[in-house]
Amino acid sequence: MVKVCQPMPSRPNSGWKNRPETPLTAPGKKHPWGAAIDEAKIRPDLRALFLGFSSVGLSGFGGVLPFARRMLVEEKRWMTAEEFNAQLGLCQFLPGPNVVNLAVVVGKRYRGLAGAIAAPVGLLAGPFVIVLLLAMLYDRYGNLPLALSMLRGIAAVGCGLLFAMAWRMGMALKHKAVFLPFTVLTAATIAGLRWPMPAVMIAGLLLSGGVAWWKLGRK
Amino acid sequence: MSLVLELFLAFALLSFIAFGGATALLPEMHRVVVENHHWLDDATFTHLYAIAQAAPGPNVLVVTLIGWEVAGLLGALAATLAMCLPMSVVIYLLIDRWEGFAGKRWQKAISLGVAPLAVGLVFSGATLIARSAELGWAAWLLVALTVIANLRTTLHPLWFIGVGATLGLLGLV
Repeated sequence: MVKVCQPMPSRPNSGWKNRPETPLTAPGKKHPWGAAIDEAKIRPDLRALFLGFSSVGLSGFGGVLPFARRMLVEEKRWMTAEEFNAQLGLCQFLPGPNVVNLAVVVGKRYRGLAGAIAAPVGLLAGPFVIVLLLAMLYDRYGNLPLALSMLRGIAAVGCGLLFAMAWRMGMALKHKAVFLPFTVLTAATIAGLRWPMPAVMIAGLLLSGGVAWWKLGRK
Repeated sequence: MSLVLELFLAFALLSFIAFGGATALLPEMHRVVVENHHWLDDATFTHLYAIAQAAPGPNVLVVTLIGWEVAGLLGALAATLAMCLPMSVVIYLLIDRWEGFAGKRWQKAISLGVAPLAVGLVFSGATLIARSAELGWAAWLLVALTVIANLRTTLHPLWFIGVGATLGLLGLV
């Protein structure tokens, strides 16, 4: 048995695998103080998490995930592109708003529970206030003919953006010949027959997931 | 208070099937909020979707608007929290284990299998908005032009919203 305190020479960093910080002996950073300063810069505090995600929440219209990537990977460099993709995996795997899930993950990674609260709250606080201000305007003026016709125009455009989004998502599917029929079935049962979504999702996941399971096994 | 609680429970339940985010959830939200509970009518639901489109922020904020219209500030907070909290807790607990099951066959099968369903849900959301907005022929033309322009160009979505609002104000759609 290997002694716990003696790291195995072949896997020197195995215990550090999940640590987000750059190791103190990062290439090009010989001096430990220099490395420590560098580390402090990329390890955001609660305020930085809150403000960073606030800027993400306020910059996007119709989906802010691309802005989250830009902030995390390119502007603040809190994560590398690979890290971002890996962490996004679970966020997209689970249901729920992906970008909120991502904020929780990033917040937890740097500041534990407090960070996991600060980041999503930062993401949502600004847009929450804006949307409520718009709602108050709507409550007061929403019955005016001008407001109604403006909303009608926006709804038509919003509807078009949804169709375009569905199209783009559909084109990005892998193995279209196999899986597009499940898209058609979902749309037919939800939009056409108005079946309840929980039932459709469970049945759909069993069928479509089953086919995926089978396909993955054949490789 | 009980209305706020009902709202919280309804959206917390929905959050567990929100594959593809709040956008994919539009048809089911419509069923729960408009058809089952009669909290809102068709027109208001469509208007709230339009307002959410015109505001910055994650798509989930349409839920905030629904909560506000149903039960005021508490309703807005309850609906938003209900949509975000359950999965946030799950992901907080699971993220450290993700590396352990990422890439396993069952995980890939679910990811691969759920994607076509999400497409169908977003498509259903689009038809639902079209139906509740009772679009005329000019509006359908605008829908078609939006789809084409959005797929062919990289124009910011805000431009489309602006054009839609202007055409609406002019009484053209």
